[in-house]
Amino acid sequence: MVGDTMKSEPLIRLEHVAMQFGPHRVHRDITFSVNPGEVVTILGPSGTGKTVLFKLMIGLLFPTAGKVYSFGQDTATIDEEALRLIRLKIGMLFQGAALFDSLSVYENIAYPLREAGVEDEDVIKRVVTEKLSIINLPGTEQKSPSQLSGGQKKRVGLARALASNPKVVLFDEPTTGLDPTSGRMIDELISTLRDEFGITSVVITHDIQSAKRFSDRWIFINNGYIVADGPVDELLQSSAEVQSFVEGRWLNENVISPN
Amino acid sequence: MKDTTQNALTALGNYGFLLRDVGRDIFTKGVNPKELTRQMVIIGNNSAMICFLTAIFTGMVLAIQTAYGLQRFGAKLYVGNIVSLALVRELGPVLTGIMLCGRVGAGIAAEIASMVVTEQVDAIKALGANPIRKLVSPRIVAGLLVMPMLALFCDIVGIVGGGVICVYELDVPYHSFYRSVVTFVTFPDLFDGLAKSAVFGLILISIACFYGLNCRGGTEGVGKATTAAVVTGSITILISDFFLTKLLLIIH
Repeated sequence: MVGDTMKSEPLIRLEHVAMQFGPHRVHRDITFSVNPGEVVTILGPSGTGKTVLFKLMIGLLFPTAGKVYSFGQDTATIDEEALRLIRLKIGMLFQGAALFDSLSVYENIAYPLREAGVEDEDVIKRVVTEKLSIINLPGTEQKSPSQLSGGQKKRVGLARALASNPKVVLFDEPTTGLDPTSGRMIDELISTLRDEFGITSVVITHDIQSAKRFSDRWIFINNGYIVADGPVDELLQSSAEVQSFVEGRWLNENVISPN
Repeated sequence: MKDTTQNALTALGNYGFLLRDVGRDIFTKGVNPKELTRQMVIIGNNSAMICFLTAIFTGMVLAIQTAYGLQRFGAKLYVGNIVSLALVRELGPVLTGIMLCGRVGAGIAAEIASMVVTEQVDAIKALGANPIRKLVSPRIVAGLLVMPMLALFCDIVGIVGGGVICVYELDVPYHSFYRSVVTFVTFPDLFDGLAKSAVFGLILISIACFYGLNCRGGTEGVGKATTAAVVTGSITILISDFFLTKLLLIIH
């Protein structure tokens, strides 16, 4: 699948992106593309700005330098409405699920549909039921987020991210804090989304075993640069940096500058 | 010092941008009536008891203190005039504003700040919605509408409290008190008080939303945002009260 889609236009492209918060430079020069149908995993030590990359992709942040193209449009130059339409094509599972506390599970999942202008309650109900069955949490519609476990919250967060039938889903540490069974289930869901629904996924995770299971490609970032980018098997064999990170030998002093 | 001034000016500028965005949103898209009603109930209905207690005791103590001063000149009969005018023009709106800063402003700042630190505000944007429209506009419109109602409620309750003290403790005849209130307080007095309270509603809610949306630094940031919202809101109400009073007197 990856080979076929490589020829297509990338859904998301970052070009020489630099990002700075006050004096703190998070990204110095990041360039990569996300192509249709692939599962890309972004790896890197904590604090290297992986979540910032997601926020750049979805237009919650804008780069200090460089360009971010989502669905061919420069997120920094388009108007609010165009940005809103892009966001509806990108689902995001936040690290802590970010469910709305004041809304029930049903209303949380229905939220993006209502924002997209869907008014027919039957349609909304059908979509909510369908998404809840995908994440294997049927019958929880009327529960409030406070009644859910951490794993259930993440799964509802995923159902909400999928509600508007996005082309791309961004997973920010989807298995962190979950028991192995729930984690495995999320892994399988990511694979299912690609294999059955053709949904492109970008995943941030520190769970190397998970990342091996579902990824087509890894991008390893450190100190504001991309250290390695390529198919998983290839990187595991050829990249000393990736090998040392995977084996837990990576030290932050291993500063790799580009080229 | 330079950094503090720069930060304060930046915050003031960002607050101005927030007001601009809210204004643009309200005038172009309107406000969701369901959410507006919900916010009006939260701000208004749930604050009524606090306003009642504040107003009745303020009215009573104002009557006692005024009578204490006026009886030196044998002018105890004018207690009703002073109590009602002070409440309608000044104390009703200001006390309602200060009380709501504590109750409503703190609640709004804490709620929105919690949503920021748990990424719920980012989620609103990521799901194609606008946090200003969802979180700020309905609250500000609700504040604008509800504050004058609460101030009027405070005026009435405070005057009743003052009246009870006048009649039962200061031996002012009921009819004298009643007449002094209805003949002395004019429509412009009432209008000034209610207009000020609407502005106070705008100030306290918008400041609470501003600090909530700009919360940084996890749960510690939520506490700081809440404190800042209450302190800044209360002080801004008191400062703006002076200028509004001068302005309204010039207009009349």
